[in-house]
Amino acid sequence: MSETHGQSGSADFDLSQFHGVFFEEAGENLANMESLLLALDETSADDESLNAIFRCAHSIKGGAATFGFQDVADLTHVMETLLDKLRRHELAVTTGMIDTLLESGDVLGHLLARHQGGAGEPIDCTELVGRIGALAHGSAAAAPLTAPPAAQAAPAVPAAPVTVPACGPIAGTRVLDIAIGPMDEPSLADHLADLFTEIPGLGTIEATDGGRAGPDRIRRFRVLTQASDADLLDLFSFHVAREQVRIVDGSADAGTAAAPAVASQAPAAAAPVSDSASYGFFDDGPGAPGPADQAPPVAVPAVSAASTKAPAAASRSAKNAERGSSPASNLEQSTIRVPIEKVDQLINLVGELVITQAMLAQTGRNLDPVIHQAMATGLADLERNTRMLQESVMAIRMIPMAVVFNRFPRMLRDLAGKLGKQVELQTIGEDTELDKGLIEKITDPLTHLVRNAADHGIEMPQDRIARGKPAGGTVTLAAAHQGGSVVIEVRDDGRGLNRDKLLRKAAERGLPVHEAMTDQEVYALIFEPGFSTANEVTDVSGRGVGMDVVKRNITSLGGSVEIDSTEGQGMRVSVRLPLTLAIMDGMSVGVARETYIVPLASVVESIHLSADDVKSVGGSARVVEVRNEYLPLVALDELFDVPREPGQAGSGIMIVIEAEGGRVALLVDELIGQHQVVVKNLEANYRKVPGVSGATILGDGRVALILDVSWLVRRARH
Amino acid sequence: MGVHDRNPGQGAAARPREYLTFRLGAEEYGIDILKVQEIRGYEQPTRIANAPSFIKGVVNLRGVIVPIVDLRLKFNIGSAEYNDFTVVIILNLGARVVGVVVDSVSDVMELSPEQIRPAPEVSSVVDANFITGLGTLSDRMVILVEIEELMGASDMALVEQAA
Repeated sequence: MSETHGQSGSADFDLSQFHGVFFEEAGENLANMESLLLALDETSADDESLNAIFRCAHSIKGGAATFGFQDVADLTHVMETLLDKLRRHELAVTTGMIDTLLESGDVLGHLLARHQGGAGEPIDCTELVGRIGALAHGSAAAAPLTAPPAAQAAPAVPAAPVTVPACGPIAGTRVLDIAIGPMDEPSLADHLADLFTEIPGLGTIEATDGGRAGPDRIRRFRVLTQASDADLLDLFSFHVAREQVRIVDGSADAGTAAAPAVASQAPAAAAPVSDSASYGFFDDGPGAPGPADQAPPVAVPAVSAASTKAPAAASRSAKNAERGSSPASNLEQSTIRVPIEKVDQLINLVGELVITQAMLAQTGRNLDPVIHQAMATGLADLERNTRMLQESVMAIRMIPMAVVFNRFPRMLRDLAGKLGKQVELQTIGEDTELDKGLIEKITDPLTHLVRNAADHGIEMPQDRIARGKPAGGTVTLAAAHQGGSVVIEVRDDGRGLNRDKLLRKAAERGLPVHEAMTDQEVYALIFEPGFSTANEVTDVSGRGVGMDVVKRNITSLGGSVEIDSTEGQGMRVSVRLPLTLAIMDGMSVGVARETYIVPLASVVESIHLSADDVKSVGGSARVVEVRNEYLPLVALDELFDVPREPGQAGSGIMIVIEAEGGRVALLVDELIGQHQVVVKNLEANYRKVPGVSGATILGDGRVALILDVSWLVRRARH
Repeated sequence: MGVHDRNPGQGAAARPREYLTFRLGAEEYGIDILKVQEIRGYEQPTRIANAPSFIKGVVNLRGVIVPIVDLRLKFNIGSAEYNDFTVVIILNLGARVVGVVVDSVSDVMELSPEQIRPAPEVSSVVDANFITGLGTLSDRMVILVEIEELMGASDMALVEQAA
């Protein structure tokens, strides 16, 4: 229903771009389930396998329901019911069950392939659903078509429509031929079909004209229903004038005509429908929630839409025999799924190669370029190829931010409903790519931020109107590359932060605050553990709940968080993350005979230091004035207790480093150079070391420690 | 700690096991050969600030960062000199790789259960819980150590302890 689309704003955004991921995962889950089922020993089925099979079905169901593939969701739902009973040992596994489940897996594969390909033959799974349902209810010999209602088992998903009989009319069901038109816009009739399928138990509708009106501009449908003509007319008048609808009893030829008619039309129908009305009969997956909102008199959960379609497909069961291997093979896509360890091993090896290359380059520089010209050329090639190889390998782990962003429309929608607010989600830069490991770890903090923005940032509609803002608030998620990092912003146009209130709250909690603090510092207070309290719920509210955790998570990924806010206008939380955890631009610095790496992203500048720039504060603490700002001075040799030979003194280079909104001047002996370093985990074989975020291997094979700049800044502050 | 459950001297069905023996000062120690990944010469590790003195630092073992523990410093046995004969035994302890500095590696020795005597209850620098027994072969006595548990002990400071 195109007119409903977009009405609920961009929070309702198009999920179809994520179908690929779903199909890929579903395909893997199916394959997994099949191998687990095959390996299952019915005499002594172990809980682990049963749980794993259950999880496979459950994952497919969850994804299918999200994307509106209701037939898939319904089938997996009854499978899940059966599997749940098996894993709870309420039922014993039988060979029949395994056979049925395997068969279900095949059917799922076909259903998925059909959704994926957009074309292909619809499949009737009603009989199968019935059999699984019967098995779940403990009757070993499940009679086809008895179809005990799966809804009994779990009312959470409206599976009731599945019980609508598929093959042939039951008592009271009429077969009707409906002609609609003449119409100027024949595709409008597809909305009728949509609407019809929205209503559980109403019956089935299918186009008998191949989804296209003839020259007479009349659309024809065949309907199986128990409803009266008057009811049907009432329903259809949502979209077309009553006068345009003609209902004729078509039962005379129902048994014979329907199947061949459809069979010949199915290929023709698939293509045009998916173009002209993408929520039409054959392709009503995505966007299904829209129509439900649109048609309030028919208060129907949208998820039931596709399930009523399944019976319609029944008359085509003859075609099932032909549902050859071609649609199913679509599931094997142009992507390969590889265990992450294999990729990581590749990355490690490339890291080694980079180190070796750096070592060779270093050695090569000592050679006479005239005599060893060929060598120099080879080394230059090696350097270029190594770098390209490294980039390509790193790109394997990169996945788009959309994977995270796609979780939020639904969440925000539910949340807005619960809170009685109007919230729209905007996403920008979903294509921005980020390391898979980072994506996984950033999801929770981002979820928290988005929830906070909707919960505490966006005001109630009446408050917004009172402030002269549109009633609906907007939460914006934006991702973009900035140099070697990715910046993800969570913005809202809500009430923003109140500086005075934050300061007062902080003072009450005994935090060291004063009026002269910059806005940045004041806003950063909400990251203090447990900063939010109940008596602020009405205003600045609970924004502090868990914000400390958010910040800690992001910091542990080598990222940083900043807050900007204008009271009454909204707030912006910017999360800055490194592109990848594996490689980083670093500046190597020397202290006595040791080498350390400072992440280049945090280096502001480096300055030669003379003795009188350094002032002491309170005896021991030292500060240094840089551009009219006094920065705490941290001497790396003292901090790390670096052994010095007698008489050797540092030459005094100061690097200004920045993290978490604070700056520190780091005193080192010398700057050695800038280079890309492969970040190695120190904790893998050792433990976390304060002040060190990791290690890397230098060109000469030695290990150098990477400084934890956030830690240094935090330490200097306290 | 169920030390005696692990004691290879218990249980008649136990087969002979191989031990790598090494010297710390005048004492000879043996560890399960299956825990040993390789033996390397000593190279100067990268010092880790504020680590205990027996943790010499970390080295690059073909791209893996491996901590180096000097057992002589840890147990206060012998003198911690580093020369061309100083060796590092790289241990593969399940999930972790750790290097230990010893004075020298002697040999690989096969000990059948009857050659292993229970260790007497004496106080020593090595926690008695980690000594599985004393192996005897002609006139040699080898102190058999459960190296994996020793390395995982809290005073080793190799593993993060739950706060």
